[in-house]
Amino acid sequence: MGVKDTNRLAADIGGTFTDIVLDTAQGRFTAKVLTTVQAPENGVIDGVEVVLREAKLTAGQIDIFIHGTTLAANALIERKGAKTAFLTTEGFRDIIEMGFEQRFEHYDVFMDKPIPLVQRELRLPVKERISGSGKVLVALEEDQVRQSARQLKSQNIGAIAVGLMHAYAFPDHERRVRAILLEELPNVSVCISSDVCPEMREYERFSTTCANAYIRPLMSRYLYRLQTMLTDRKMDCPLFLMMSGGGLTTLENATKFPIRLVESGPAGGAILASQVALECGLESVLSFDMGGTTAKICLIENGKPERSRSFEVARMYRDLKGSGLPVRIPVIEMVEIGAGGGSIARVDDMGRITVGPDSAGSEPGPACYGLGGDNATVTDANLELGKLDSEHFAGGKLSLDRNKSKAVLARNVGEKLDLQDHWPAAGIAEIVEENMTNAARVHAIERGKVMGRHTMIAFGGGAPLHAGRLAQKLGLGKVVVPKGAGVGSAIGFLRTPISFEVVRSLNIDFRQFDSDRINKLLDEMSAEARVVVNDGVLTGQKLFETRFVELRYVGQGHELRISLPDGLLSKEDTVKLRAAYEKMYQDIYGLKIDDMDIQSVSWSVTVSTKEAQPNRADGSIDGTAPDPIGHRQVYDTGLGEFVDCPVYWRMDLEPGNEISGPAIITEDETSTIVPAEFSACINALKYIVMNNHAAEDSL
Amino acid sequence: MFASALGKIHQQVMWNRLIAVVEEQAQAILRTAFGSVVREAGDLSAGVYDLEGHMLAQAVTGTPGHVNTMARAVNHFLERFPIETMKPGDVFVTNDPWMGTGHLFDFVVVSPAYHQDKPVALFASTCHVIDVGGRGFTAEATSVFEEGVRVPHMKLRDQGILNEQLLGLLGANSRNPVEVKGDILSLVSSNDTGEMRLREMMEEFNLSSIESLANFIIDNSREAMIKAVKEIPNGVYPTDMELDGFEHPIIIKAEMTVSDDEVIVDYAGTSTASIYGINSPFCYTEAYTCFGLKCIVAPAVPNNHGSLEVFRIKAEEGSAVHPKDPSPVTARHVIGQMLPDIAFGCLAKAMKNRVPAESAGSIWVLPMANIGGGKTEVSNSSEFNVMNVAMGGIGARPGKDGLSVTAFPSGVGAIPIEVTETDSPLVFWRKEFAPDSGGPGTFRGGLGQVIEVGNTEDAPFTVSAATWDRIVNPPRGRGGGASGKPGKAYLVSGGDFSDKSVHTVPQGERFIVELPGGGGLGHPYQRESTLIQRDIEAGYLSPEGAKKDYGYDP
Repeated sequence: MGVKDTNRLAADIGGTFTDIVLDTAQGRFTAKVLTTVQAPENGVIDGVEVVLREAKLTAGQIDIFIHGTTLAANALIERKGAKTAFLTTEGFRDIIEMGFEQRFEHYDVFMDKPIPLVQRELRLPVKERISGSGKVLVALEEDQVRQSARQLKSQNIGAIAVGLMHAYAFPDHERRVRAILLEELPNVSVCISSDVCPEMREYERFSTTCANAYIRPLMSRYLYRLQTMLTDRKMDCPLFLMMSGGGLTTLENATKFPIRLVESGPAGGAILASQVALECGLESVLSFDMGGTTAKICLIENGKPERSRSFEVARMYRDLKGSGLPVRIPVIEMVEIGAGGGSIARVDDMGRITVGPDSAGSEPGPACYGLGGDNATVTDANLELGKLDSEHFAGGKLSLDRNKSKAVLARNVGEKLDLQDHWPAAGIAEIVEENMTNAARVHAIERGKVMGRHTMIAFGGGAPLHAGRLAQKLGLGKVVVPKGAGVGSAIGFLRTPISFEVVRSLNIDFRQFDSDRINKLLDEMSAEARVVVNDGVLTGQKLFETRFVELRYVGQGHELRISLPDGLLSKEDTVKLRAAYEKMYQDIYGLKIDDMDIQSVSWSVTVSTKEAQPNRADGSIDGTAPDPIGHRQVYDTGLGEFVDCPVYWRMDLEPGNEISGPAIITEDETSTIVPAEFSACINALKYIVMNNHAAEDSL
Repeated sequence: MFASALGKIHQQVMWNRLIAVVEEQAQAILRTAFGSVVREAGDLSAGVYDLEGHMLAQAVTGTPGHVNTMARAVNHFLERFPIETMKPGDVFVTNDPWMGTGHLFDFVVVSPAYHQDKPVALFASTCHVIDVGGRGFTAEATSVFEEGVRVPHMKLRDQGILNEQLLGLLGANSRNPVEVKGDILSLVSSNDTGEMRLREMMEEFNLSSIESLANFIIDNSREAMIKAVKEIPNGVYPTDMELDGFEHPIIIKAEMTVSDDEVIVDYAGTSTASIYGINSPFCYTEAYTCFGLKCIVAPAVPNNHGSLEVFRIKAEEGSAVHPKDPSPVTARHVIGQMLPDIAFGCLAKAMKNRVPAESAGSIWVLPMANIGGGKTEVSNSSEFNVMNVAMGGIGARPGKDGLSVTAFPSGVGAIPIEVTETDSPLVFWRKEFAPDSGGPGTFRGGLGQVIEVGNTEDAPFTVSAATWDRIVNPPRGRGGGASGKPGKAYLVSGGDFSDKSVHTVPQGERFIVELPGGGGLGHPYQRESTLIQRDIEAGYLSPEGAKKDYGYDP
């Protein structure tokens, strides 16, 4: 990663803003510019020029540039990818349209299923068939593939996906099809399922492969354009891309597997939270990232976020699971719910307040923005409850109109429930906080965690406003609000190692454990991952390997991810793996089943450079505090009443300070609410560390 | 406390919490269950009840068959074990089809919840276990006694001590003893989790009873449901439907009576029960009828005692929708899952432009095994016993075509072919849309599919047709729309599968199933020509079909 990496630059393109962070020996410089949707590289370049000017550096002095973007996700949501064809085993071309063959919303007879990325006319059959055990039942008919290629030539196809039955284990036919297609159509991008997603279950594998093919031309063009612009400006440092699984990869590899970039922003946030956890010496962490549209909750143990391989992009129906396209890629496991500052509050037929999942966005935005929004949003409620300062929102760039909030809160919620004054706002705050709490609780239970021992790390514009209350509801003792919360994802990029994960499906019952076969497989996977990582690493830089197996009881459908020991596996390791599996199973589900064999479902190998190991931050306090800059009446949801709060300016706070709740700490991008029964300390890194005295008492 | 504004808000928060608690219970069961029916189909449920047995919240899971069967089941327990006789740590169980959820495969587990040493609520959960002995998953039994082991209402845990004898007995009666025990224990632990969460909530909000919360939930839901019912004009709306049945066709007759605050559906005149196991016990009939009504009338109102008591279902004992003990009931969904279409049939007469055409309905289960079903009797054949499922088309919706190859009313999902092919020597040669199968209409019915299956080994195998219906009687259209294409099941060499029994696919042979398409809505000649053209280009419709059914000839 460069001989020296003093000047490190990161850019995160979001839906609304592009965040730039530059870390130098002199300190950190940040910029937030509007995302330039038509040519996102322009926004990046603008922002980079801003921070370079402020840091008094030239482009040539940058040592490393790390980039993450929502471009891939947006292309899928807005269906702006390439015209894509799909070649599949004859008899199966409708698999990607049939999907899971079920309705994700049982009571809505009008719901629609996700529309496949490749329309039926462009889904072409391939005469071939390999059985589940690898027997060639029908030989590949190469002439037919050639004919299909010629047929596609006239149709202006930008990309081709290939997905054949059982290719996850037996990829020969797919590879041959790709070779033929490249001979016939040398300028078209071809993706095969055994490369993109070598896992059993045809719908998910085909869906992932099609999504990768669909966004590949667009992403490659964008990434090479960006590289050219950087080179033109003499910025010739290595360029890395942030992946959804929380690792960095090279530009070349990113253009091969652009689907792996789809959740880069949220992954950056989770990496930041992991690093903050290490800095503060926190074992069990609940990361809480709340923006304008959604809240994301992720669990972090010992500085490592939970990972998973199943994800859904481009959900079409109120964020419901099943309404999007499934992709199997390494992702950081998190729940995302429609609860953000812009989330809209309503009253349903049962007289219940509902919040989200739809959002007023930035245009027209909450009613208080005064841009024509006439929905009551979470931000309107927060303003009414005194949590936001109408004059200093977004660093004073936007003044908020409290009367507009009052009007919509009364009309859309208060009148329907016979609630006066601030009560509609209090109701909205309670409900949105309860929704986030429930999501966190269910997520934790699914991962077999007990909530009370976790510390919350809150970032993103909305989280510090609600974090204290969430901690109360979840019984958490501590909340950390890191510095620079508003550009958290980009800061996370700077702390991410280079890595690549390779996965293979291989079902083996433990009673028939074949260690030679598995060791051979793991070796191949390791070699494959090392090729990718080595590409971006300087000679001599040490690489680390982590290996996992997904195990389940024979007959079950859900797997648990168990870490593998280093070195060659032997038959004896099955005993240890079984014990680890049973322990985790018992932690999560409260029982184990003694007589049942377990089996492997898939194996994964991740090769990465060393992760940054931050120093522990000193958290000692001297009990001093600066003078407040004012006072405000703020509604305390826990107490159910307004309380008088001193208001502190975050930049005034110094390490060692301690403030008793109730209080507000404001900064340009957000405000931290310190509820009654909490105190807030400032640690050596100037993070706010809030302690919940009520939770401490009950421990 | 609830008079205050804060109290009002807290009631809402607690209602949300109860729903989250039962969803959490359901998720836990889903992840620990054995057998693909639960895991792929979500054939499970969980609910919380007040001390009178009134259901307050229920998880929305894969199958509507538990909609109010669960609500009834808890009352049956309370009749036998009054709440004051229950003790902390007690857990009760049954799989009685008439007092549980409709067949022996579903175990219902009920636990009282205590707070400050007093009973405050009940939790119940259920899931479809993999095997209960008897003849297994087939419709061929002629009484419930052949269908497996029956557990009357009894204690599964007595003040914390598990009834190992009962579990041993169940294990001894099952082909999969370990899995059955695992499934039942996961129901117990999910109820325990529910109790723990409820206690936390009561502490947080300083409650000693949930009575006033229960009233709030029930009253508000009932009111919302009655408000929705008022949108339906008062009147009597009859309908009927013919199904293929097993040994004889099943005629379902129903009459819906709508008043200001109630909807009654009466199945008087429906065929007598079949001698085979396709009958729908009354609790299951109620569940699917209510589900159908709710989809159209008030889809957003949550299921609980208040919302469900607005619907009343009646049926004659001894009919196919109210079979008497000991009628066989294993494949109850063959009739039960057609009942939402009955509700739609009644509602279509009462409400214009709100109701879809008929759907393929009951999913086709494809249970396939080597000859001998487990122990091989043919020397060159592996032993296997696998299950896949197949969906047909959904009826056209007002303003929209029907969904192709999608389950309705069940929430069951597909089982990947690669999974079935890895667990057996079978090979699927085809799984594709069936062109021209969607019922013609202004809005077209969803397409069915064609599935072709053979064996990679040189050996015969069996397939059970227990659940394959709508071969003679296709899903009908509405408002001038035509029927979807009926289903079909046959060997490639020729020869239809004649009935719902277990059929043999000879060595070297393949079988084909064609799933029914959904019915059309509105006259096909009114369909926009751009949509017809689009259907032809995609191959959903053949040019000949377009000419014949839509009079379309560009």
